[in-house]
Amino acid sequence: MNESLIALENLKVHFDLSRRGLVARATGRAAERIVKAVDGVTLDIRKGETLGLVGESGCGKSTTGRAILQLVRPTSGSVRFAGTDLVTLPEREMKQHRRRLQMIFQNPYASLNPRMTVGSIIAEPMRNFRLGFDDRQASVRTQELMNVVGLDPRYVKRYPHEFSGGQRQRIGIARALAADPRFIVADEPISALDVSIQAQIMNLLADLQERFELTYLFISHDLRAVRHVSDRVAVMYLGRIVELANATDIYSRQIHPYTKALISAVPVADPKLEKQRKRVVLQGDVPSPINPPTGCQFHTRCPFAIAACSRVVPAMTEIQPQHFASCIRVSPEHPDVEAVAAMPGDKHFAPDDRSLEK
Amino acid sequence: MHAGDSTACDGTRSMPPPGAGPVPVSELVEGTSLWTDAWRRLRRNRLAVFGGAVLAVIAVLSIAGALQLASQSASPFFNWIPDPLPHRFDITNLEIANEPPSWSHWMGTDILGRDLFVRLMVGGAISLTVGLVSTAVSFAIGVSYGAISGYLGGRTDQAMMRIVDIIYSLPYIFLVIVLVSIAGRSFLILFAALGAVSWLTMARIVRGQVLSLKNQEFVEAARCVGASEFATIFRHIVPNTLGPVIVYTTLTVPTVMLQEAFLSFLGLGVPPPFSSWGTLVNDGVAAMAIYPWQLLFPALTLAFTLLSLNFVGDGLRDALDPQMRKE
Repeated sequence: MNESLIALENLKVHFDLSRRGLVARATGRAAERIVKAVDGVTLDIRKGETLGLVGESGCGKSTTGRAILQLVRPTSGSVRFAGTDLVTLPEREMKQHRRRLQMIFQNPYASLNPRMTVGSIIAEPMRNFRLGFDDRQASVRTQELMNVVGLDPRYVKRYPHEFSGGQRQRIGIARALAADPRFIVADEPISALDVSIQAQIMNLLADLQERFELTYLFISHDLRAVRHVSDRVAVMYLGRIVELANATDIYSRQIHPYTKALISAVPVADPKLEKQRKRVVLQGDVPSPINPPTGCQFHTRCPFAIAACSRVVPAMTEIQPQHFASCIRVSPEHPDVEAVAAMPGDKHFAPDDRSLEK
Repeated sequence: MHAGDSTACDGTRSMPPPGAGPVPVSELVEGTSLWTDAWRRLRRNRLAVFGGAVLAVIAVLSIAGALQLASQSASPFFNWIPDPLPHRFDITNLEIANEPPSWSHWMGTDILGRDLFVRLMVGGAISLTVGLVSTAVSFAIGVSYGAISGYLGGRTDQAMMRIVDIIYSLPYIFLVIVLVSIAGRSFLILFAALGAVSWLTMARIVRGQVLSLKNQEFVEAARCVGASEFATIFRHIVPNTLGPVIVYTTLTVPTVMLQEAFLSFLGLGVPPPFSSWGTLVNDGVAAMAIYPWQLLFPALTLAFTLLSLNFVGDGLRDALDPQMRKE
């Protein structure tokens, strides 16, 4: 169970938006504009687990997923899949690994080709990867897969526009399964669906995981969904992982201030509890990934930030067993940042330090 | 819109035992493709159906004209074909020159005594061929060029589109005149000249479509399931651009035919003794004051054909893109 299937090492995906045109160069306005969508992610995904990846929009979680599948080529770092570094593989060799690494997409209305029948959509991986099926075998398998994901196989000749959102997402899942994958990136697979359908799809994913021994990277901004499906959860902020822990730990004993804020933003269904509980509310917006803050990227919005936070890049540290966080204000001895901030010896926590923010 | 929504709640059903065979073909539910939908809408459009009927009649007559051309050709591949028409388009008989319409010559005869109806049929064969071939050329070049340019993007796209701009800016009539005066009047030059200009707009349309499609998730999904770049472009992207492309194609046919008529009118079109609708109109204009039917029939035929093509094109646009139409 603890064997790692995917290992990300200092993965970076930078997009260069610099203007390199002749005019810009001549006028000296060729400003460097690099979006650091993913900026140094180190992560192990273990065989058979579901790793939840959460964060605000634009924090780089989808880009991380795409970079693992090499749909976006990483700028640096490595992605090891069963021992092979995918980053340095040429596209032709990458194709042989592609069938083991599949993806389920966010928008079931955009992820299926509207001109193809359901049958040909699901059969496409079998043909492209030359899995050695003849036409009859492929159609048998297509219909099996439709059964597996809970679609009526009589509808193989229908087109995507004749299905509902939940059914389409099932088609997308069947297509991913057709390649016989080991690892699936589920990129917000339920966020475009009705709440009543979300649970069905999540249960389906859980069933399939058991049946086909799949490993998932479950990307979502829906914390409750992530809690429901994940074994471990990684929290991402501005292209970096800030906290990584077992799903139960991250919901009950968050360490990083950002995770605290994120979790406390989830409303509690009980109005009495909701009134009583203490919330960590963040000020301001997420800074631009073009010019991310120095040091800890969260220091501009962190209620516990000290002067050193703007200088020191915090390393991922195992604060508690199997519970990692990147924050210089906590340590295995003092894991609670609020308690640290309240300590009398905490000279750094002064108003003039916080004025650094602006 | 979504027919599936009403048929089943979520299409879920209990799993049968694994290893069961495929569902027999007789039980499969036929889907309605977007094409089927469009065809149904097109058939409900009266003007388009009328246009289609007119075009069918003209096509039959033009095929008869084409058969005569084939039967007269020097090539042994074609000249076994019997001539279906009672008159010849190219044999002159000055004794019956400039006759008005009669039972033996339905549209009268021209200044050299050739039957005008037959010449119109042969002209139809040539005019339609010019229109269809040039449009096919523009379709093939324009779609591939635009799709590749849009898909690759970046500098390649910039360079490819600048080439299009440059060809666009050449005065094409001038180009044709130069071509014809160098190579002489021939069908090939005509196809080349008309094809060379009509693919440009097509390339631009397709490129625009591809740009908006290539970031859709299903394109990324195609990469994910191992589709090659070629398959991604021509299997996933291009079929989704075909709606506007087909509309533009049907509207290109009349434009090209009009240009052919225009070139023929300038004396740069098909070489004599062949006739095209353009040359017939041209001849008709010369005799307009005394023998008006020599102008009337070719002009009417040309106008009706162009009108019908436009009706069909408009109908196709409405059928393929129902949202565009304002009720």
